Amino acid sequence: MSAPLPDGAPLLKIRDLTVSYATRSGPVPAVRGVDLDVFPGEVVALVGESGSGKSTTAHAVVGLLPAGGRIDGGSIHFSGRDLTGASEKELQLVRGARIGLVPQDPTVSLNPTRRIGAQVAEVLRVHGLAGRREAAERAVALLGRAGLSEPAVRARQFPHELSGGMRQRALIAVAIAAGPQLLVADEPTSALDVTVQRRILDHLDTLTRELGTAVLLVTHDLGVAADRAQRIAVMSGGRIVETGPTEQVLTDPRDPYTQRLLASAPSLAAARRAASPVAVRKGDVPAREPLVVAEGLSKDFPLPRGGSGPRVLHAVRNVSFTVERGRTTALVGESGSGKSTTARMVLALTEPTAGRVTFDGTDVTGVRGAALRAFRRRAQLVYQNPYASLDPRFSIEEVVTEPLRAFRVGDRASRATRARELLGRVSLPASVLQRRPAELSGGQRQRVAIARALALAPELVVCDEPVSALDVSVQAQVLELLAELQADTGVSYLFISHDLAVVRQVAHAVVVLRDGEVVESGSTDAIFDAPTHEYTRELLAAIPGTAARIPAPGGTR
Amino acid sequence: MGRYLARRLAQAIVVLWAAYTVSFLILDALPGDPVTAMASAGLDGGQVDPAELAAIRAEYGYDDPLVVRYLTNLGNAVTGDLGNSVATNRPVAETLGAALPPTLQLTAVALLLAVALGSAVALLATYTRRRWLRQLLLSLPGLGVAVPTFWVGLMLVQLLSFQLRLFPAFGNEGAATLVLPALTLAIPTGALVAQVLAKSLLTALDEPYVQTARAKGAGRVRIHLAHALRNASLPALTVVGLLAGQLLASAVVVETVFSRDGIGRVTASAVGAQDLPMVQGVVVLGALVFVLVNLLVDLVYPLLDRRIVVAGRRRSLA
Repeated sequence: MSAPLPDGAPLLKIRDLTVSYATRSGPVPAVRGVDLDVFPGEVVALVGESGSGKSTTAHAVVGLLPAGGRIDGGSIHFSGRDLTGASEKELQLVRGARIGLVPQDPTVSLNPTRRIGAQVAEVLRVHGLAGRREAAERAVALLGRAGLSEPAVRARQFPHELSGGMRQRALIAVAIAAGPQLLVADEPTSALDVTVQRRILDHLDTLTRELGTAVLLVTHDLGVAADRAQRIAVMSGGRIVETGPTEQVLTDPRDPYTQRLLASAPSLAAARRAASPVAVRKGDVPAREPLVVAEGLSKDFPLPRGGSGPRVLHAVRNVSFTVERGRTTALVGESGSGKSTTARMVLALTEPTAGRVTFDGTDVTGVRGAALRAFRRRAQLVYQNPYASLDPRFSIEEVVTEPLRAFRVGDRASRATRARELLGRVSLPASVLQRRPAELSGGQRQRVAIARALALAPELVVCDEPVSALDVSVQAQVLELLAELQADTGVSYLFISHDLAVVRQVAHAVVVLRDGEVVESGSTDAIFDAPTHEYTRELLAAIPGTAARIPAPGGTR
Repeated sequence: MGRYLARRLAQAIVVLWAAYTVSFLILDALPGDPVTAMASAGLDGGQVDPAELAAIRAEYGYDDPLVVRYLTNLGNAVTGDLGNSVATNRPVAETLGAALPPTLQLTAVALLLAVALGSAVALLATYTRRRWLRQLLLSLPGLGVAVPTFWVGLMLVQLLSFQLRLFPAFGNEGAATLVLPALTLAIPTGALVAQVLAKSLLTALDEPYVQTARAKGAGRVRIHLAHALRNASLPALTVVGLLAGQLLASAVVVETVFSRDGIGRVTASAVGAQDLPMVQGVVVLGALVFVLVNLLVDLVYPLLDRRIVVAGRRRSLA
């Protein structure tokens, strides 16, 4: 198709790439003059926060810009040929065959109506690399290669029958099927649990090394980039602000943006901040009894009937912990570990099958009516997704004062004053009050959600993955804010997270959950410095960025 | 699957029973009296002797209390006896049975035409990259829905029959007479199918799995047919199920416009003659067709999307 590359020439050579999106108010530039090289067999990480243009750059390479996206200038030479001028037909010959794409969210990136095997075989069929039967056989082999157990069974299954990690492996099989020279991996694991993430990235490493495939790895996580890439390019505002060998970018960042990104990356920060987690203000050890005591909490859910009669899922089994006054207890675990169910039981949103929750000395398990309302006033919740948890039709003032209206606290004027005060507390200007949630950034929205949770001056705030939907630099600010608020108001947090790096920064005590059971609990320092359970060690080792930093004593092995 | 089917069948029976009961009560509450209608039918507007009326009422059981009449009729209906027409005195079931085949033929052909036309318009509209053509195709369904059935019928007759002399305008004989009425029925139905399918195709084409398919190097035809269409067909299928019932109603107008025999004509004349047993029979038949078509649609869903059976089971447990 094209002449063989001369030795030492880049496989992918992007020069002065400019991409814009058409919007109602005219074109908005997304990528402004990007230069980037990927050499054969090399792993290059493109790192940046949302809106930095990293995904747009990656999609431009495969000619799959979203609707309205347009390449305005520059060139993308792949294997010596400029793809920006290629026709759709010519691009079709390149996609899948010579450049493979590993998409962002495996749970929605496979066609739900077609069998896994057929979706892998399709690549071979489309490019005429195999007949129907041979393609089906090779699909099974490829699924095995991508690390799926029992590939022949998987090939006959549908996507919904596979876990997220298994689906991502199937998508990797799709991407490598035709033996491409370049893989574009767009946040390939950000939708997956940390331990799964690590196993999949490890596998991708091995595979691409064996096959000699180059990888353009797009990620928001500097830790992932640090572990996987030989070179890192940092993007911000549509430009590459820094590029260089991984070592150099991590240890000696030149650009102030890279420095800021490094400072706020929780995974890389963990080692540095180990001595002084933000929230752990020493002293004033609480002498009073804990605010929340959960004893032997269990929750069963009925499952669809199997062959042997009714079955139940033990979502939570015999979980006990405490939340001290003015302190933070973190529930840590992967998806399905029961951490959210536990939090819901603490808030009396779900009734436990067994066990009880004591709040400030009174049993709140199964409370109803006036007692429940009184409890609601004292325990509030901050949700994971600030894009979904604010009513889009409310103004920010209405959002923040809603709990006050619900409990008939104060009058109109005093509520407005309180709203202004709350916004000040979460470092938002009062001008935000009249705006709608859609006009705010993710970080600002989460601040609004925190302000709303604080409106009634509760004693307990349950934070359900409060920063996992946010960019790293914003994450750091929100975590700082939570710590400050705790220091000022003495509020207690029950902090739910899958991210140990984040937990380390905010929690005083940690409860590690797995399959609904507590595997280990203790003070943050004890858990991180001397984990006793194998699973805790595995979780710690899975934090991205581990490979790049000096292992903490007694921590990762 | 067996459990699922049993549950759906039970629901179907409840729907049929409800249709029967509601129509029975409504028809009973109407001011019209079938016996008066029946007696005056042969009299050319002359007066009817009240004693004679009472005798007829007693004979047909119209003077029994409502509950008794309801239970008796329901019992008979379960065994397939829908009573006798008050206009012709022939069994309702027999009349409907005779009128059903031409109507089924008409609506089946119309449905096939509607699905074919609707799918073609929707696929073309989402496939073409010419903006004006896409806009034009996407505006067709709205037009098709808005235009009244009888007007479309008359226009088609005018153009294809009187002007071009391609198809006969009236009658029942032969396949050629089927073309115009089927087309007339198919236009509004097909328009709705096109509207729903185009919308869900556009949604499906925006899904990440289509991006994956494009990244495989799949061409546009393949992406439309092998990836988007199958996922987009579920909402369209739901609409087809609902429209099948609608088609029976439209058949009343179309069979009248084209002077075709069938359920539509039977309905029109039964309503005109206040033939209550016949009207009730038509209602029950309509409900039966509706229930059967939707049962069929429900059974096809899991073949198109494997997640649906699982969802059905889950719901059965809750």
